[in-house]
Amino acid sequence: MKKTILGRGYSRWQPFVTLTQKEVRRFLRVSSQTLLAPIVSASLYLFVFGATLGERISVLEGFSYAQFVIPGLILMGVINNSFANTSSSLFMSRYLGNIVDLLVTPISPPQFIFAYTLAAMIRGIGVGLAVWLISTLFAELPWAHPGLAIAMACLASFLFAQFGLLAAIFANNFDALSMFTNFLILPLIYLGGVFYPISILPGFWGTLSHFNPLFYLIDGFRHAILGVGDLSFATAFAVAGAQALVLFIGAAALIGSGYRLRN
Amino acid sequence: MNQMSADTPPAALKISNLRKSFDGVEVVKGISFAIEPGEIFGLLGPNGAGKSTSINMIAGVTRIGGGQVEIFGYDNVRDYRITRRLTGVMHQEIVIDNFFTIDRSLRIHSGYFGVDDDPAWRNMLIDRLGLRPHLGKVMIKLSGGLKRRFMVAKALIHKPKLLILDEPTAGVDVELRHSLWDFVREINAQGTTILLTTHYLEEAEQMCDRVAIMNHGEILALEPTGELVRRLGRRELVVELARPLQALPEGLRHLNAHLDPEGKRLAVPLAAGCPSGELVGRLFELGLPIAEIETRQPNLEEVFIELTGLKNGQGGAA
Repeated sequence: MKKTILGRGYSRWQPFVTLTQKEVRRFLRVSSQTLLAPIVSASLYLFVFGATLGERISVLEGFSYAQFVIPGLILMGVINNSFANTSSSLFMSRYLGNIVDLLVTPISPPQFIFAYTLAAMIRGIGVGLAVWLISTLFAELPWAHPGLAIAMACLASFLFAQFGLLAAIFANNFDALSMFTNFLILPLIYLGGVFYPISILPGFWGTLSHFNPLFYLIDGFRHAILGVGDLSFATAFAVAGAQALVLFIGAAALIGSGYRLRN
Repeated sequence: MNQMSADTPPAALKISNLRKSFDGVEVVKGISFAIEPGEIFGLLGPNGAGKSTSINMIAGVTRIGGGQVEIFGYDNVRDYRITRRLTGVMHQEIVIDNFFTIDRSLRIHSGYFGVDDDPAWRNMLIDRLGLRPHLGKVMIKLSGGLKRRFMVAKALIHKPKLLILDEPTAGVDVELRHSLWDFVREINAQGTTILLTTHYLEEAEQMCDRVAIMNHGEILALEPTGELVRRLGRRELVVELARPLQALPEGLRHLNAHLDPEGKRLAVPLAAGCPSGELVGRLFELGLPIAEIETRQPNLEEVFIELTGLKNGQGGAA
């Protein structure tokens, strides 16, 4: 009965595939803003730290500063762009009101979350990949555990895609949304060990940095690439995984209940 | 799906005791009605009556505060995948995704509903709604009328069995209004059930098999349009007088007749079933200086104003 009434050619996966494709098309349509700008920005960091200042700095024995900073810059691209994709897309849909186009469709809450997340991961990982390719002009990475590095990048991307969904739901205006980026993500990234190892910080600041959730992602990713890190890879992955799970449950609960999406 | 006998098809839409409150104010107060498959049903009411909130609950945009909505026998909360697949909604506000062209947007919307793109159906909608010359334009560049037409196409792209049109002709010109209604009739003739709201009551009277009139979250009347107009509308005999009268003749007082302040126009209500000829005869018997006589038929607008109290300024919020 259900099959008949749903009509010929109905597929319960089609809404998920379509929403994912639409989200990918959306960021591709404004690629100068969503892909080119972050790649240019990361390239400038690479130039400053790889080709100029980097030669005068040494923070990790056995590795040049460029080798040290590149994993952090790759992950910074992944994180920023994964967050930006879900947060801007969902917030704009809420703001412009076209979210109702999705609310009236048979898309289930899990499909909704995973479609937004997958598109954000494609953008985030894509930017990370581009940053890595450009970084080869400045330094060669040892890629100690490539599989683990990919897993960590995917986890970081997934985590910040969930965070972007939550930010889009809670933000009431553009100012509130930009506050998430400027006053939360940016400081956490800069203080999370992208540009220096946490181990060189004096006691109190080093301990405080362990409460920075970004530290685990950055250290784990760098560990997978360079083969050395402040923490064991298992610890970094476990803590980051737990954070991702908490945010995913939060996003799922809010989207499933229609909080701030359905009146 | 609810139990039903094999030969009784479920209602296209069945609403039972539907309720919704915002900030402690009840805006939909337990309304109930059913729409049969193939009907064109009008949900009418002044601004703030609760029409759009009801429609949003039916469509799934707004969470149901209480009661139940069934679409072709399926519960729109429990079986939401089915009910949403079966329903197409054109919202009152223009909601579009500015990133894409008309053609791309229609393909995307088809996919959202889980159905393969049907180029023949898509092209039919594009041609019938006059969108062909604008296919490659992104939404932001379309005029208001084109956006409305696109929204009709979007609501129909997945071939819904129930089409909900919330003020589809708000702010559009006469020509487009006519062509939209023609198209709605055509879609209805092909078997799609229509639920519409409109402020153009003359159009509602022409289009709808049945109407429900809503105000302050309640349904004030619900019946076939013609019957409602006949039952609640006032049929009058309007007499233009050759010479002004000083006062209403005694013989007409008991009929609730009304003489205008200038004494030149007399309106006599016609009781239901009372032939106008009989009354005309009585007017001649009274020796009135009759210049012209016409029978004024009741209309939906008059019934609407009467029911919603708009005449006395007690109607809707707007």
